[in-house]
Amino acid sequence: MSLQGNYLGMGLSVDDLDIENIEYFRHCAAHDFHLQECTSCKLVRYPPTTACPWCMSGESRWMKVEGKGTVHSYAEVHHAIQPAFKGHTPYHVLLVDLDTQKGKPSEHEALRVVGNLTTPDGTLATPDQVARVGIGTRVRMVFSDVSEGLSLPQWTIDEAAAQPAHPWRYPE
Amino acid sequence: MVSSDLDAATGKHLADKYAIVGVGETPYLRGAGSGRTTRALGTTAIRAALNDAGMKASDVDGMLSYSGNDSTFSPFLAGDLGIRLNFYMDVHGGGSSTEALIGIAIGVIEAGMCKSVVIFRSMNGYSQVRIGGTGARSAVPVSGDQIHSRAYGWQAAGQMFAPTFLRHMYDYGTKPEQVAMVKVAHSQHASNNPKALYKKRMTVEDVLSSRMIVKPLHLLDCCVETDNANAIIVTTRERAKDLKQHPVLIRSVVGRCCKPRIDMHYQHGPISTVAGHYAKEILWPNAGVGPEDIDVTGSYDAFTFTTMLQLEDYGFCKKGEGGDYVSNGTIQLGGKRPNNTSGGHLCEGYTHGIAMVIENVRQLRHDVDDSCPVGADGRRQHTYDYSEGGCRQVKNAQLSANLGWAMPGTGSAMVMRRG
Repeated sequence: MSLQGNYLGMGLSVDDLDIENIEYFRHCAAHDFHLQECTSCKLVRYPPTTACPWCMSGESRWMKVEGKGTVHSYAEVHHAIQPAFKGHTPYHVLLVDLDTQKGKPSEHEALRVVGNLTTPDGTLATPDQVARVGIGTRVRMVFSDVSEGLSLPQWTIDEAAAQPAHPWRYPE
Repeated sequence: MVSSDLDAATGKHLADKYAIVGVGETPYLRGAGSGRTTRALGTTAIRAALNDAGMKASDVDGMLSYSGNDSTFSPFLAGDLGIRLNFYMDVHGGGSSTEALIGIAIGVIEAGMCKSVVIFRSMNGYSQVRIGGTGARSAVPVSGDQIHSRAYGWQAAGQMFAPTFLRHMYDYGTKPEQVAMVKVAHSQHASNNPKALYKKRMTVEDVLSSRMIVKPLHLLDCCVETDNANAIIVTTRERAKDLKQHPVLIRSVVGRCCKPRIDMHYQHGPISTVAGHYAKEILWPNAGVGPEDIDVTGSYDAFTFTTMLQLEDYGFCKKGEGGDYVSNGTIQLGGKRPNNTSGGHLCEGYTHGIAMVIENVRQLRHDVDDSCPVGADGRRQHTYDYSEGGCRQVKNAQLSANLGWAMPGTGSAMVMRRG
């Protein structure tokens, strides 16, 4: 069954044939982060795909993955173009290296999961929070609920984790 | 990758066998816009390219174009101009398409499918479909795989590329004031290009004090959206002998070469490395020359950073030294290897790369359309005085490199030489 939702006034939908994305978001809606693990080579992949990018196998199983990681890089948007985000600048799009499978199968590979910086309840972060986060910041996954069966994985500052004294940020 | 694996595609078999024989364009416009359809703009550019080459409609029997559902397809333009086609194809795509389509044109002529190909890009990138994705395109519903990006406000090109740009600063200490020099250089070049939309010379301070769009991109780090059409004509070197212009020969082409995991290329780093890292292993061996031999470059400037990243990954400087390369005078007119002598997409106008090929064709003809006086032979008498409003011809240019950019994970490239 397809998924439909409205997030910040923006329509979101997943077609009923897109079973990989439907399954991915079904787990997110339960506030559980699951990714496909290849049944052949056992590597986990992101985002959802129809085959394994390392061994081409079409078989996979959904595996629970811990939503913790480190900011690898980011986009700090000051001029939004989508109406949904016009009222929320500046906002962060974070590219986060999951701790799970970091540096595998090769040194420069990681599960780099996209999300906005949000508060723990999944609301887009305030400018003060945006200013605290840069490359190296430790974050944990939270969710923004959109509709039944559809939640978006997001990132919030992991207040329990040891943080770098000065995460790298674009020079002011 | 072993270069000999690819020799059958270009390399020693086809280098210098094909030529670009005609180029043409419309004006670059904002404000009230072009006031014409992309069909009318396209026919204007193609007619200009045919006239430039000294060709009739019957001399062209192949057509290629690229667009993002924002243009008119080949059959309409061919029909308008009375061109009977033996081959045509309209492909989806923006930046990096031009060089790739030149490679395809060579392939279809080589296969005997047609004898010459006109390639065009026609767009109302300012007045109709905004290239930056603003306007109607910014509000369309988000579906399927796009949710992993657009639902996070990660949609416009600058937003999508920002993690690459910032990570380059983090990995190599690249400074904003170094990269701003790309705009400084291209604005100087544009001031000597009567066609350029923005002719004002800019300073590093102008760039860094313009408003922030998405870090690290200020407004003046970003290109300008314009209405325009451009066309180029590819045929064999043999046919080029009978035509009007000094031929410009194609030595090697790379088309839409990709990084791994191109579905979501950020999964495979280093993310501060772009597709040129892979493309250069095809470009230089097949061309039989290296970056040190090149006289003028056309490194795609959707943003100041894209120019820098590509010049670095194609080997014009050591990895990580792109900030120095673009700020030490090398890429400015009068420097060792000027880049985008037209002013490029930052200043001349936005064409998804085809205008940068046109500029280098004119450079290799030794006939760029600046304000230098025209002699009795109808050609400009270049002064090589690069001060504002002056010359922009690179002295005795023999070899050029175009580095086309679609996004960090995909690029195209081409080496041309004066025939």
